[in-house]
Amino acid sequence: MSDDWPLFEVFIRARSGLEHKHVGSLHAADARMAIEHARDVYTRRQEGVSIWVVRSSEIVASDPEEAEALFEPARDKVYRHPTFYAIPEEVKNL
Amino acid sequence: MYTQALDSPTPEGRPATAGGSAALAGRFEERIERDEKIEPKDWMPEAYRQTLIRQISQHAHSEIVGMLPEGNWITRAPSLRRKAVLIAKVQDEGGHGMYLYSAAETLGVARSEMLEQLLDGRAKYSSIFNYPTLTWADVGAIGWLVDGAAIMNQIPICRCSYGPYARAMVRICKEESFHQRQGFEIMLALARGTAEQRAMAQDALNRWWWPSLMMFGPSDASSTHTAQSMRWRIKRFTNDELRQKFVDITVPQAEFLGLTVPDPALRWDEAGQHYLTGPIDWSEFKAVLQGNGPCNQERLQARRAAHEAGAWVREAAAAYAAKHGGRGAQPRSAADTTSQRAEAPRHE
Repeated sequence: MSDDWPLFEVFIRARSGLEHKHVGSLHAADARMAIEHARDVYTRRQEGVSIWVVRSSEIVASDPEEAEALFEPARDKVYRHPTFYAIPEEVKNL
Repeated sequence: MYTQALDSPTPEGRPATAGGSAALAGRFEERIERDEKIEPKDWMPEAYRQTLIRQISQHAHSEIVGMLPEGNWITRAPSLRRKAVLIAKVQDEGGHGMYLYSAAETLGVARSEMLEQLLDGRAKYSSIFNYPTLTWADVGAIGWLVDGAAIMNQIPICRCSYGPYARAMVRICKEESFHQRQGFEIMLALARGTAEQRAMAQDALNRWWWPSLMMFGPSDASSTHTAQSMRWRIKRFTNDELRQKFVDITVPQAEFLGLTVPDPALRWDEAGQHYLTGPIDWSEFKAVLQGNGPCNQERLQARRAAHEAGAWVREAAAAYAAKHGGRGAQPRSAADTTSQRAEAPRHE
């Protein structure tokens, strides 16, 4: 129904040492054009030093309806956090 | 820039449960109540989806059409500095349109469909862009007043319940404040200039003041969407509340410039601590929205011409992409360059 160019998701590394982070999406005829468009659309103020683009159709996402089944099991496992353990105050460096 | 509350028909009459069970609708309402963000794949009532598609696409169209009145002055900006700034600003507006179209697409509407609606005149965009930019002072007045009004409108949308729209607005608002400041700076330069320059600044204020107030949309009494949009936390303030805030901060700025707000009824209300304006001519607003503003035809013609003139580029890019498997020309890597240089003597 649509004669749009394919949709790409854009990930930008703000500066070296940081991970690439999703910033948005755009249409482009091919991957090279997607990078050029991402440069113009998402880095006009030095927001990045590196760009990744990937076709949106290639992204596999979890289903929000399954969120409970996927993420609920972690909810009652507070013992995975350091604050779960009571240590006397006089003990140092723990 | 530029969202505007526009009243146009929507399927809001439909019950919130259309297309989903009452349980899903209940859970949705609870999430809104808790100020949780709704994300693209989450269940949402059809009317919520349609309201957002309408609002976000109108907002995107406004950014795109908004490039035209200011673009008109790029070649005639009075200095290289002003020209560089204006190009950057107009480019930002294009970028803002892109963020917003992307946000609208997450709701299931195609980019090409939105574009088609704009080009064939079905879609609405902010009425302000159907006014002409007659002098350089208009570029100043647009930045100061129109972007100022837009910021006032847009800051609350950063907290909108729909995640992609809220995120686009955060980005836009960050970029927007230079727009307003550069506009005020232009006005200030003119206001401190010759008598002729001051007159030019006053004339621009005269022409842009009322259309800027209309950018906030119809008064609360006649705004049909406000209540539902506020329940859904798409909107956080009513049109009149935002308009009042804008008037309260802008009148002192006009005074600083030594310019006169073109409203003989304007007065400070000591009891309410607000500036009260005279009545807004809503018949003008309606006429412009219905396509009878000074530049409606011209704006759409410019968009159509740009779209048609670019057709061969889009076709060529698509053909090139098909030929190269969708990756496009890769930049030559540093290693390639080095090895070719090393091998060059052998080919000679």
